[in-house]
Amino acid sequence: MSERQTEVTTQQIPPKDPAVSYTEIAWQGVWKNNPGIVQLLGLCPLLAVTNTVTNALGLGIATLFVLIASNTLISLIRSYVPQAIRIPIFVMIIASLVTCVQLLMNAFTYELYLSLGIFIPLIVTNCIIIGRAESFASKNSVKYAAFDGLMVGLGFSLVLILLGASREILAQGTLFAGIDALLGDWAKELTLELYHADSHFLLAALPPGAFMIMGLIIALKNKIDQRVSK
Amino acid sequence: MAFISSSSPYQRVRRSTSEIMLLVLLCLIPGIFLQSYFFGLGNLLQILLASTVALLSETLILILRKRPILSTIKDGSALLTGVLIAIAIPPLAPWWIAVIGTVFAVIFVKQLYGGLGQNIFNPAMAAYVLLLISFPVQMTTWIPVQSLHPFSLTVMDQINALFTGFTLDGYSVAQISTSIDGLTMATPLDTARNALNSGKTISEIFNSPEYKASSWQAIEWVNLGFLIGGLILLYKRVILWYIPIAFLAGISIFSFIAFAYNPDLNISPLFHLFSGATMLGAFFILTDPVTASTTVKGRIFYGVLAALIVVVIRNIGGYPDALAFAVLLANMCVPFIDYYTQPKVYGRGR
Repeated sequence: MSERQTEVTTQQIPPKDPAVSYTEIAWQGVWKNNPGIVQLLGLCPLLAVTNTVTNALGLGIATLFVLIASNTLISLIRSYVPQAIRIPIFVMIIASLVTCVQLLMNAFTYELYLSLGIFIPLIVTNCIIIGRAESFASKNSVKYAAFDGLMVGLGFSLVLILLGASREILAQGTLFAGIDALLGDWAKELTLELYHADSHFLLAALPPGAFMIMGLIIALKNKIDQRVSK
Repeated sequence: MAFISSSSPYQRVRRSTSEIMLLVLLCLIPGIFLQSYFFGLGNLLQILLASTVALLSETLILILRKRPILSTIKDGSALLTGVLIAIAIPPLAPWWIAVIGTVFAVIFVKQLYGGLGQNIFNPAMAAYVLLLISFPVQMTTWIPVQSLHPFSLTVMDQINALFTGFTLDGYSVAQISTSIDGLTMATPLDTARNALNSGKTISEIFNSPEYKASSWQAIEWVNLGFLIGGLILLYKRVILWYIPIAFLAGISIFSFIAFAYNPDLNISPLFHLFSGATMLGAFFILTDPVTASTTVKGRIFYGVLAALIVVVIRNIGGYPDALAFAVLLANMCVPFIDYYTQPKVYGRGR
C-alpha cells in the first residue's frame, strides 16, 4: 500500500516539450487553436452574454483573470498533485478563483454583476479553463503556463468582443452601451450611437442570431486561413 | 379505378424541377389574384420585389460558391421561395422586409446548406419566422380590405407606401391600417386571440364590431383560392395527397377536440380551416419535396404533427398563427420520421 502511494506521489514530470516557446503559445492561443472559434469551447457563455460589448468585455476579463491565475497555481503545484485525483483538485482551485472574481465584481462592478448573472459562477464549468489546466499548465513551467493563460484568455475575449460588437450594432445600433457599469462613471461618454432606426434587427439579440453570427465569424476565419495557406 | 387501356410500353413522364416549380407558381395564381383583389396591388408589388431579390441573391451566392449559375436559376426554386415570402408578408410592409426575408431564405437557409435538395428547413417559412421575430410590428400590420378603406389607394400610393412608409398624400401605413372608426385592423385570428385574452367568449367575438371589421371574409376567400390551386396541383400529380389530407384532417380533429371541450374559448374547426395560412400551408408549403418526409407513412405523420402544432399554438400559444413555426418544427422531425417509417422490402422478414 505504502509503495503504491509513493509511486503516485513521485510521478515523473513529463519532459519539457522543446516546441514550447512564447511565440508558439501566443499563436496557438489567439489564432490557430482559438478556444472560441476553433475548439468551440465555452459556447454557453459565449452565446448567452454577448448581446452587448460591455457584457462581453466583462465576461472576457473575468475569464482571462481566472485563466491566468488557475494556470499559474496549477503549474506551481503540478509535481505534488496525485495523478488519480488531479481533476477534483484543479476544479477546487478554479472554483475558489471564480468565487474571488465573483465577489470582486459584486463589490466593484455591481451593475455588470447583475447583468451577467449566473454566467459568472458558471466560469467554473467553462471547459476552456479545465482544458488548459489539464493539457498545458499541469505539464509546463510556471512562466509558460501563465503566458498560456493570458493568450488563451485573450483569444477567448477577442471572440467575445467581436461577437458582442456585431450583435450590439445589429440589434441596438450602439457600441459600448452601459460601459460605465464596467469602467465607472467617466466612461459614459464612450457609448457610441452608430445609427438610429425605428425598428431594430431583434433577432441579433436573441440566441439564434448569436449562433448565426458565430457561424459567420468561423467561416471568415477559415477563409483567411485558406487565403494565407495559398 | 381507371384501367390503363393502351398498349405497352407504358412510359411515364418525368417532370423536371423547373416544370414542377412552374406548375406550383401557376397554381398559386387563384390565391394571389384574390389576395390582391381584397388587399390591393401592394401584394403584387411585393411579389415583384421579392422574386427579383431572390434571383439576384441566388446569382450572387452561386458566383461565390463557384457553381453553374444559369442552370441553377432556371430550376425556379428561388423564384418560388420569393413568391411564397411575398404572399406571406403584409401587402404594405416596408420594402426591406421582403428584401431581408428573401436574402435570408435563399442565401442562409438554402444555399449555405448546399443548395436545393440539401436544405433542412423550408426557406420561405424560415424567412417568415425570422421576420416575425425580428420585426413584429411591421409583420402584423395588415391593411384593411379595399372596400373598408377610409382612403382610396392608387397604385402610386401603394408603391410610395412600400418604399417610404407614406402614401402620396402623406398618410402613414399605420394610419391606413386603421379603419374609418379608428379600429385597428388585424387578421381574424389576431382579433379572436386578443378578444379571448380580454375575457370574451367566441360567440361574443363573432358578433363584435372589431371582428366584423376585420378582414375575415377576405381571408376566407384567399384560403379558398389557395385550396383551388392546391386541388389543381393534386390533379396534376405534382404533389401527393398524403400530406395535405393528413394536415387538414389533423387540423379538423385536433381543433374539434378543443372546440368540443370548451366551445366558448376555442375557435371552431371550420374557422381553423379557412383562416390564417391553413390552405397555403397544406398544399404549397408542407408539400415541399425537399423538406417534407418522403415515405408514405412518414408523410401522414408529418402532416398530422404539423396540424397538432398549429392547433396547439393557435389555441394556447403566444402567436395568432402558427403555420411557419409548425412547418419548421415538423421539418426538424423529418429525418427521425423517415428513419422509422422505411417501407418493408418485399421478401424480407419483419
